Amino acid sequence: MKKQYFINANIIDPHNSINENGGLIVDEYGKIEAIGKKVNINNLPTREKPIDLKDKYIFPGLVDMRVFVGEPGYEYKENFRTLSNAALSGGVTSVVTMPNTDPVIDNVSIVDFLKRRGRDKSKINIFPCASLTQNIEGTNMTEFGLLAKKGIIGFTDGVKTIQNTSLMSKIMNSAKDLECLIMQHAEDYHLSKNGMINSGIIATKLGLSGIPDIAERIIIERDLALLEKNKCRYHISQLSSAKSVDVIKERKNDVKFTSGVSINNLSLNENDIGDFKTFLKLSPPLRKEEDRQALVQGLKDKTIDVIVSDHKPEDEESKRLTFSQAATGASGIETLLSLSLELYHNGSIKLETIIQALTSNPSKILRINKGNLSIGNDADFCIVDLNKPWIVKKENLISKSKNTSIEDKKLQGKVTNTFVKGKELFKI
Amino acid sequence: MAIKSDKAIKISQKHLLGIQDLSINDVNYILNESQKFIKLNQSKNKRLNVLTGKTQINLFFEPSTRTQSSFELAGKRLGADVMSINMSNSAIKKGETLIDTAMTLNAMHPDIIVIRHQDSGACNLLSQKVNCAVLNAGDGRREHPTQALLDALTIINRKKKIEGLKIAICGDILHSRVARSNIYLLTMLGADVNIVAPTNLMPKEIEKFGVNTFTDMKKALKDCDIVMMLRLQNERMTSSFLSSNREYYEYYGLTPDKLDHAKPDAIIMHPGPMNRGIEIDTRLADDINKSVIKEQVELGVAVRMACLKIFCE
Repeated sequence: MKKQYFINANIIDPHNSINENGGLIVDEYGKIEAIGKKVNINNLPTREKPIDLKDKYIFPGLVDMRVFVGEPGYEYKENFRTLSNAALSGGVTSVVTMPNTDPVIDNVSIVDFLKRRGRDKSKINIFPCASLTQNIEGTNMTEFGLLAKKGIIGFTDGVKTIQNTSLMSKIMNSAKDLECLIMQHAEDYHLSKNGMINSGIIATKLGLSGIPDIAERIIIERDLALLEKNKCRYHISQLSSAKSVDVIKERKNDVKFTSGVSINNLSLNENDIGDFKTFLKLSPPLRKEEDRQALVQGLKDKTIDVIVSDHKPEDEESKRLTFSQAATGASGIETLLSLSLELYHNGSIKLETIIQALTSNPSKILRINKGNLSIGNDADFCIVDLNKPWIVKKENLISKSKNTSIEDKKLQGKVTNTFVKGKELFKI
Repeated sequence: MAIKSDKAIKISQKHLLGIQDLSINDVNYILNESQKFIKLNQSKNKRLNVLTGKTQINLFFEPSTRTQSSFELAGKRLGADVMSINMSNSAIKKGETLIDTAMTLNAMHPDIIVIRHQDSGACNLLSQKVNCAVLNAGDGRREHPTQALLDALTIINRKKKIEGLKIAICGDILHSRVARSNIYLLTMLGADVNIVAPTNLMPKEIEKFGVNTFTDMKKALKDCDIVMMLRLQNERMTSSFLSSNREYYEYYGLTPDKLDHAKPDAIIMHPGPMNRGIEIDTRLADDINKSVIKEQVELGVAVRMACLKIFCE
């Protein structure tokens, strides 16, 4: 690989507290050799032809902590190859995959398969999660220690919640002993039973069963109470309500844990469901505008650590049904960054805070050396035209499934190039 | 062509999916048209040729006696070719989706499809996929527009107006599409609507639709002109909403002593089928001086004839 020189870029690397105009040098091995304002035309040998980025932005490659891939079992929805291409177009270079596959990622032998597939077919860094319980049934724990040794980054039942409090307590103890990361989808099933959207006037009007915000809060409060004694690495996958933000804000000082929010819940509210749009049937559900604003505020004041895409590809057949029959989830990895930038453009959140929630914060939680532009590290980064306007069109999506929650939305800011280990793998 | 432009002026919607979509002009137009069919239905020769040559398909995914027969009769009396498909032993059971069924039927060029479905929004989905008009005969717990229209017509025939009347809707509001459609329609027409149900059967934020909510039936019935009872929908109850039917009857069943709180000339309505002894005392249900339940069924045919005629044109 030839050495590559980039100059005149706005570089934001929250991990290294870099937020300045400068350049980037990628060495022959695809590692970062130099970065920052000292990399400029005056300091480069004349024989080199640097690429002038003309004030475009360089961010570390994004780390998306909640991604569903169809392999194994649902390859027709998304495979590692299509996922990589979709991710790259959105500047995402590392993903944490959910174990809700068929078969479930719950034993050592399937992890071997997954890692081989990931290595052979994927162009981005795949960090697989295994399930907390065997076959995601919520009854018997998986082998955290053995799975972690095989390279499992964290444990979660993905779309499911551990309902049994005694089991949750034991899971936390094991995770503490083995230093494993636990990620919980917070939903009390008795309270959310048959629920499809937020409980309230829209559910009443559409005649759909609601999921009250208390269903989320009960699990969060329960887990944080358990966590007081069983101190493990604990992460709440997604928050959706103002009440949940209040709870974690209050508890952050006395218990150690982290939390995330889906870009859907940050950008949309229950009114967007309109006339039964099944692409907006999400879990957790979209809630009221007050809830959305509280989530934005939570991110702004760093109560919430991470933004995720909650990328859940579903094929047309799973969505062209009545609302109650339709599958839950939206495809979102391609639009994660651009949609997040909306929060910057409309003045809600500082750019650096957004990038932090998409790069260094997830890496810190996962304990991986990604999401930064440190010298000597893999040159995983994206180049972004912060002002480029574009419109989300189903037919232009790269993911195998087209179930975007923001069809026809006008966005500002687009990834123009994405590099993994110094190789340019996406270019507009 | 003249007829088409006529329709364009008189009704704002292509489909009848819910009262929510209708304007007050639409409602008045449907109610006025319905009045014309009441007499016809009482006469010896009940047949018109208004819909001769038109095809009406009734697509019932849920069991129904009165609504299905009412729509069937309405279509036949207007001269339409009516086909009723019992969806419980059809392609859906073989795994066909609603959209595929819709496409299949659409290929047969019907002029109107009447649909009842257990899922809220099923009629909206159907209407996006077919070329003909779609009439909602009840979708999940969302809407049952023709029921609300026939209730309004019954009230008008008895009380000569709706505006200013005090109307109580009582019972299982949570699972009731009839309640929702009636709330939209009666508040639109200027009635003062009281909703009464145990909190477990009260939909969230229903008061935002401009109704007064009560958990005490006697208070809700005070000075009411109309007492509209709803059926307790045991088949839609998925968890314990109530301790028992007999306790429900004690607190929310319509009994003479509770009815005493309403106006002396108050009338009792019920969309049927009734659970006698659970939500209504059997004597009240049969009291010809107070109960208009049979009249509701009778006017139902007239309202459905009007809807078929208007939306078929």
